[in-house]
Order: sequence, then C-alpha cells, then structure tokens
Amino acid sequence: MTATVTRRAPSPSPPPPAGPPAGAAVVRRLRMLWRRLTSMRTALVLLFLLAVASVPGSLLPQRPLNPSKVDAYLAGHGSWGRLLDRFGLFDVFGTAWFAAVYLLLAISLVGCLVPRIRLHLRGVRARPLPAPRNLSRLPQSDTSMAVGDPATVAERVRAGLGRRWRTEVRREPAGVVTVSAEKGYLRETGNLIFHIALLLSLVAIATGRLWGYSASIVVTEGTGFCNTVQQYDSWRPGRFTQDGRVAPFCVDELTKFTASYLPSGEPETFAADIVYSRGVNGAPERHTITVNHPLRLEGDRVYLIGHGFAPTITVTMPDGDVRTETAPLIPTDPTTYQSEGAYSLQAKASPNGTHRDDIGISAFFSPSPVVNAQGLITSQAPQPKNPVLGVIAYRGDLGYNGVPRSVYSLPADQLDNGGLKEIGRRNLLVGQTLTTPSGVKVRFDGWKQWASLQVSHDPSQGYLLISASAMVLGLIGSLAVRRRRVWIRVRPDRSEPAPASGPIAGGRSVVEVGGLARSDSGSFATEFSGLAQRVRASAELPAPSDDGSAGERLASAGRT
Amino acid sequence: MAVNDSMAHLSDALFTTAIATYSVALVGYCAEYAFGRRGRIARTSTVVVTAEPVRVSAASAPQRTRVLTTAGGPAGLDSSFDDSPARAVPSPSTRSSRRGWAEQAGAGAVAVTVVGFVIHLSSIVLRGTAVDRVPWGNMYEFSMVVGLIAVAAWLAVLARMPELRYLGVFVLVPVVVVMFLAGNVLYAQASPLVPALQSYWLAIHVSAAASGEGMLMTSAVLAGLYLIKMRYTATVAAGRPARFPVSVGERLPSAQSLDKASYRIVAFAFPIFTFGVICGAIWAEAAWGRYWGWDPKETWAFISWVVYAAYLHARATAGWKGRGAAWINLAGFAAMTFNFFVVNMVVSGLHSYAGLN
Ligand code: HEM
Repeated sequence: MTATVTRRAPSPSPPPPAGPPAGAAVVRRLRMLWRRLTSMRTALVLLFLLAVASVPGSLLPQRPLNPSKVDAYLAGHGSWGRLLDRFGLFDVFGTAWFAAVYLLLAISLVGCLVPRIRLHLRGVRARPLPAPRNLSRLPQSDTSMAVGDPATVAERVRAGLGRRWRTEVRREPAGVVTVSAEKGYLRETGNLIFHIALLLSLVAIATGRLWGYSASIVVTEGTGFCNTVQQYDSWRPGRFTQDGRVAPFCVDELTKFTASYLPSGEPETFAADIVYSRGVNGAPERHTITVNHPLRLEGDRVYLIGHGFAPTITVTMPDGDVRTETAPLIPTDPTTYQSEGAYSLQAKASPNGTHRDDIGISAFFSPSPVVNAQGLITSQAPQPKNPVLGVIAYRGDLGYNGVPRSVYSLPADQLDNGGLKEIGRRNLLVGQTLTTPSGVKVRFDGWKQWASLQVSHDPSQGYLLISASAMVLGLIGSLAVRRRRVWIRVRPDRSEPAPASGPIAGGRSVVEVGGLARSDSGSFATEFSGLAQRVRASAELPAPSDDGSAGERLASAGRT
Repeated sequence: MAVNDSMAHLSDALFTTAIATYSVALVGYCAEYAFGRRGRIARTSTVVVTAEPVRVSAASAPQRTRVLTTAGGPAGLDSSFDDSPARAVPSPSTRSSRRGWAEQAGAGAVAVTVVGFVIHLSSIVLRGTAVDRVPWGNMYEFSMVVGLIAVAAWLAVLARMPELRYLGVFVLVPVVVVMFLAGNVLYAQASPLVPALQSYWLAIHVSAAASGEGMLMTSAVLAGLYLIKMRYTATVAAGRPARFPVSVGERLPSAQSLDKASYRIVAFAFPIFTFGVICGAIWAEAAWGRYWGWDPKETWAFISWVVYAAYLHARATAGWKGRGAAWINLAGFAAMTFNFFVVNMVVSGLHSYAGLN
C-alpha cells in the first residue's frame, strides 16, 4: 500500500460501520485487499502479466487461427504438447487465466478511477490554493520590484498571466495581496477520459464477442446463398448469439470472380461481382466485393477472403446415367493455385440397398501446367492457360451414412479397405475424356471459379471505434498538458521610502513569484524563468521609470 | 501498372549513399564524443542539475534561477524541447572562441547528417514514385522510413537542445545498423502492392507505426544511456574504477536529463503508436473481416503497447521510477523490435508483407 502515489491514493473511504469487532476485522481485511488491488503497483504488475501472458499466444499455434497447425504440433510433441494443451496454451486468448488477468485489471481500474473522478471533480470546482507562506522555498522562485501599490500590481500580474491560468486574488494582512494561479486541469481530465474509454472499449469488445457471429461459405460462380445458419460451411457464433436471429439477406448469385496478375505473377486485384438482396423480399442489387472493400448491409459485412477453381466434369455412370458436376477444389499452393479436391457421385439406390456403383473421383487441377523433374504435372502460375485436370476414378461404395464429411476428399477408410476401387486415371485437357474399361467415362468440360465469402456481425464495433478514438484524445490531453501551480505575493516595499517626487503615486511593491510543477517537471526550470519574466514585465506596466532597480533591468533585458 | 526501373535503381543508389553519408557523420560524432570538451561540461552539469531538487526544498531559489539563466550549456541540458527565453541568453561556453577540432568535427557531423537526411528522403520519395504508391509496402521500405524518422527526431532534438549534439553517435549507430539490415537482409525489389495492401490505410497505419517506432528507438537509446549513467555514478561513488561500457557514463549529461528526454519522447510517440494500432484494427476490419484476431503481429503490437503503458505507469509508481522505468522502456523497445524482425521473418501470419521469399 505504501507504494501508492500519495496524490493518487484512494480517497478516504466511508467510516467503518459500527459492528462486532470480528466483523470490523473482516471489513478491515477486505478494505486492505481492495486498496492493494487498486494500487498503482498492482496495476503495474497486472500490466506485466498481461504482456507476458500474451507471448505464448504468438509463439505457439493457436486453435482459433490455425487448428491444423495445432494438431500437427500435438502430434509432433507428445506429452509435452498435451501438457501445454491442458493449460490452454493453444487458445491463450480464450483461457480462464488470461481472462482472469484482464478482468482483475479492469476491476483494479474501476477501483482506481472512481475515487480519482470524485477527487478531480472536486479539484476542478475548487479555487486555487492560498499561497504558502514562504514562496522562496518552492522549487522555483523569483523576486522583483514593481512600481504601484500591491493591489494594482497584483491585478496587472493577474491580467498578464493570460487566460490559460485559473487565478484567485486574496488579501493578506498588512496590505499584502496574493495571486494563486493554476493550470493544466486538462491533464487529469484527459487521463480519466483515457482510462474510462479503455474500460468502455473492453465492454464493447466483450459485447461484440458474445453477441456477434461470423460464418463462411464457398460460392461457385452462378450460385448464391442466404444468410441462414444451415447454409454455411462454417458457423462461429458468440456465446449468446441466437441462431435464428441473423440479419436477413441473400447473396443471390456470384456472377463473376476476377483475379488479375502482374507479369511477375504477383496478384494485382481480386474482385467478386455479386447480386444480393436485402431483407426477406428485397430487390436484387449489384455490387463488387474486393479485398479491402466488404459489402456492408443490415449490420453485417460480407468479405471476400479466398478464391479458387471449380472444374466441371461430365460423368457417365455405370448404369449409363450422365451427370454434370462442378466442385470447388482447394488450392494446395497459394501462389500457383495448384489445387486438389474430389467429386462424389452417388449411384441411385440399388434394389437391394447396397452401394457398389458410386463413383468417386479425386482430382488435381493445374491452371498453368508444367511437367516437373519427377515427371509430375504442377502449375507454374495462377492464370489458367491450357489447364490440366488430373483425375483418378474409383468405383464402389462412397460410404454415405449421413455423417458430415469433407467434400474436398474421398473417404480414406473406403479407399483403404477396398470399398472404393480405382478404375482408371488420366490427365485431361478441356474436352478430353477418360474412358475406363467398365464403360465409366469422365470428361473435363471446363472450369468456373469460386470465391470464399465470410459474413461477419459485430453489434458493438461502432461503439468500439468511438471509445478507441476517445482513448487517443484522452491520451493526448493527458501526455501533452502540464500541471503547474504558481503563486505571486505582492508586498508594499518598506525597505526604502518612495522617492518624494516619484512619477507614480502608490509607491513600490515587492513581487515574489514561486511555482511548482505538479506533473512532468522536465522543462519547468526554463518554463518558470519565462513565466517569471512575463510576471516582471506585466508587473512593471505602465513601466517608464529610470530609477534602474534590478527588477526593471532584468525585465527589460527579457523583452529585448 | 509497371515499375519505373531506372527510378528504382536511382533510389537504391541513393539509399546506399545515405548509409555512407551517415557513416561519415558517425565518425564526426565519435570524434566529438571522445575528444570534445563536453565530457567536462557534462560532469559540471551533473553538479548543477542535481543541486536542483524536484520537490520543495530549503535551497535558496532566487540564486538557483540565476544559475540556470546564465550557465548556458549545463542548464540547457536540463531543459525541455520547448524554446524559452532562458536559452536566448547566449551562453559563454558556446560563444567562446576556444572551439576545439573535436567540436568542429561534431558541428560538421550535424551538417553531414542533414545531407544524409536529404539523400535518404530522396531515396524514399523516388522509391514511391517508381512504384507509384506509398513507399512503405514491405520490410525494406518500412525500415527505410523508420530510419528516416529516427534521424528526423534526432535533428528536431538538436534544433531545440544543440548541447546534446555530442550524443549523436548513440542515435546514428542504431540508424545505420537498421539501414544496413534493410539494404542487405530485407531488401526487396521495387514492385506494386499485393491486393491486401491496396488501401489508403497503408499510408495512415504504417506511417503512424513507423514514426512511433522511429521515435521510440531514440527514446530507448536515451533510456539505455540513462542506465549507464546511473551505473557510472554508483560505481564512482563507491570508489570503484568504471570499465567499459559503464565508463561511457563519464561524458554523459546528467541522469535526470536523460530520463526526462527519454520520457518526453515516449509521451509524444505513445499516442501516435496507439493511433497506429487503432488504424491497423480499422484496416483489419475492412481487409480480414475482424478488427482484431490475435495474429502474431497484432499480438506483439499489443504486447509492446502494454509494456509502454507499464512504462508510463512505472514513472508514477513509487519504487519503479528511474531505473525500473528505464528497463521497462527497453523491454518495450525489445518487444517492438521482435515484432518487426522475428515476427515478420520467422513467425508466419496474415501480416506477411515482408516481401522476402
Ligand atoms: C487496463 C489497464 C491500463 C492501461 C492500459 C493503462 C494505461 C495508462 C497509460 C497509457 C497511461 C499514461 C497516460 C498518462 O500518463 O496519463 C496511464 C496513466 C495512469 N494510469 Fe493507467 N492504465 C491501466 C490501468 C490503470 C489502473 C488499474 C490504474 C489505477 C491504479 C491506473 C492509474 C493510472 C494513473 C494514476 C496514471 C497517471 C500516471 C501519471 O501521472 O503519469 N491505470 N495509464
């Protein structure tokens, strides 16, 4: 507790309630704890903890960002990995201990702010303090002489200080007049605004996390989706998000996806042209979504976050049925868009309920094919140029049993246990056909593109922006404004009798100035000497006097 | 959109020239630091400045004011960046005609620094013109800008506190190191931006981050010097001989002025850095669908921000003022540097704009 800066110390708490001594002890203990929690030192320790606790979140793979990397790490590190997992180190920012640190910090902040706000409100309304008895004992002080009686000189000095100082003129015995001046109230105001805005930001972030959602979906050119939970490939609701309460809108169709590249192969632009409609029965509207420009509607945002190819094939099934399928393939190489995926074509149910005539096709797609040193086809660029679709056709049982599975690969178990048997493979150019001995045919018709769209909803991010802006403004006030206290005491000069034929009635006064820096004393010495010169100058007005006292000499030197 | 190759090459050449120019300036600063009279003045100034208590004391004040207004050099060491009438009084030491060769070397070094700054600036402007966009789209360009801001911050400090000139070596060494790394490790061919970077937020977010980082680099240098000075003072007080690097403290200005200058820079840079992080969040909201996602880059920006907040707190917490705060300042700078080098080059994330392949 001794660590608390005295001027920040929590304001006097209400007197302990009268009660049995045991209860009083508990209250005292609690109050001690509260004091300690809201002290500056605790805040400092908690800030450190917050920084240190974040470190593993950046060095270890994190589930919310990259679940497959986490799995790989776990597979590679055995019990060590499992131990880390036990402590939540693969989702640091979602763990209870991380939350504990920032919640404690928030509580500490509230506890520290409430008394400070009270004190500050009182301080803002209060008049500047009376001058201490001996101004020369202040960190900075200065003495000079001025012509005129103390009241006049004090008034001149006060006017000379300017509007940035709050002043108060007081009279002391023996004709002495003092001016108390204070400035820099905005520093504490800014500091309080900063910390309050920080708390509000935390509230806004939490609200957004709890009531927001995000979802993503892969859309192939010519298709669309509506904003309903069932349609999404992935759906990530906040804890209190209700599935049925999503904003109603539909992206009716992805009409066209465009990717353009520089000669060097680097991407230049990605754009998704869509038709969408608001509400339940809105009129269709057109829009182009690009990487930095999401579509914003009904409080939701629709982002373009990825793209790829969706080759179209026509398959002649074992029973002679002809089917055309377009499936999005996953880019395995993010620069050349070499892609992989699968087509699953279920046979019509056979009379006895067995599946032996499903066709599974695993495929790779090379937009700009080249044959590498091992004789394999890979892609050299993401722009389609005589693309090749490599297909391996399987026949048998796809193993559908209602359990959701990846649509980007064939079921590994069925491939392993022979449920699916290869019936042929070939690399196809557009228009070419793989014909298997069993009469199954696969023709490569052409390709479309797909875009992966993300729909996000955050009910409070507008408020967050406001409070974050308030944080910056508060910070600027808090760090740029300097708090200063200055007192001026004007005494009638009794050391020497006023010259009988003095040009100005009222005699002479001694002007003492003393000041201290209440914050950020870095430049106070020079600042004060500037101020002292101003005081001398204004005390002198209306100056002309050739009597040459030390004060006047210096004052005029300061003016030149 | 094509890249103007001849302009890009000219920019590269100017960049190398700027490094060479700064290195020449460095020699001048070194000479003044090692052989200049400032060491003596700094020692005297320690006495003057420590005689000036921060809190109310019984010392006789009017006298002290007079010391401060007339003693030119030493008093200036303790002054802030504001101009003030006090310094308008010409100081006897700067007026004196006994300017040694080392002082001349120091003054020359400042002139050379200005020339280097102009070359450096032209290199950056040309780079931007060559690629027709803001010139801070990859690590190489970003380091170029951070170096420029650090030199600008230094020149600004010099304009207000010319008596700190002999410390130039401590500012230019990190700048030259950063630029050397930029030119040799981080170098990336001039090229247009990938789609994710095509946003006006690039101009705002990255320039705020770069200027914040450039300034905080200067602050960290001062915090380090402060720690050396403290160690030096303690060593001398204990009657032990000061060995390198503690011996560097002999010629440094008072610990208090180093501490205050270091703080003033953080006070100026921290709101800019905060603004930069917020702009980054706004941009991430537009580009990646969320304003904050704990991407490694974001995480380390958060860590650096929290550490600098802790620095500001430490300066108001008993037991943490002074040395504790200076160490926290260095920790903040370390976190920021880690974010720039290690996170960009080793840890992969969404912010993979390094341009290194
Ligand atoms: C949530 C974590 C917090 C953050 C990120 C934070 C951040 C900051 C920052 C950046 C400053 C510097 C600006 C200025 O000097 O006005 C500051 C100052 C200050 N903070 Fe906090 N703060 C936090 C929590 C707290 C808590 C819990 C307390 C109460 C114990 C507190 C008390 C203060 C005080 C008294 C100052 C003024 C220091 C001075 O006069 O220089 N802060 N804070």
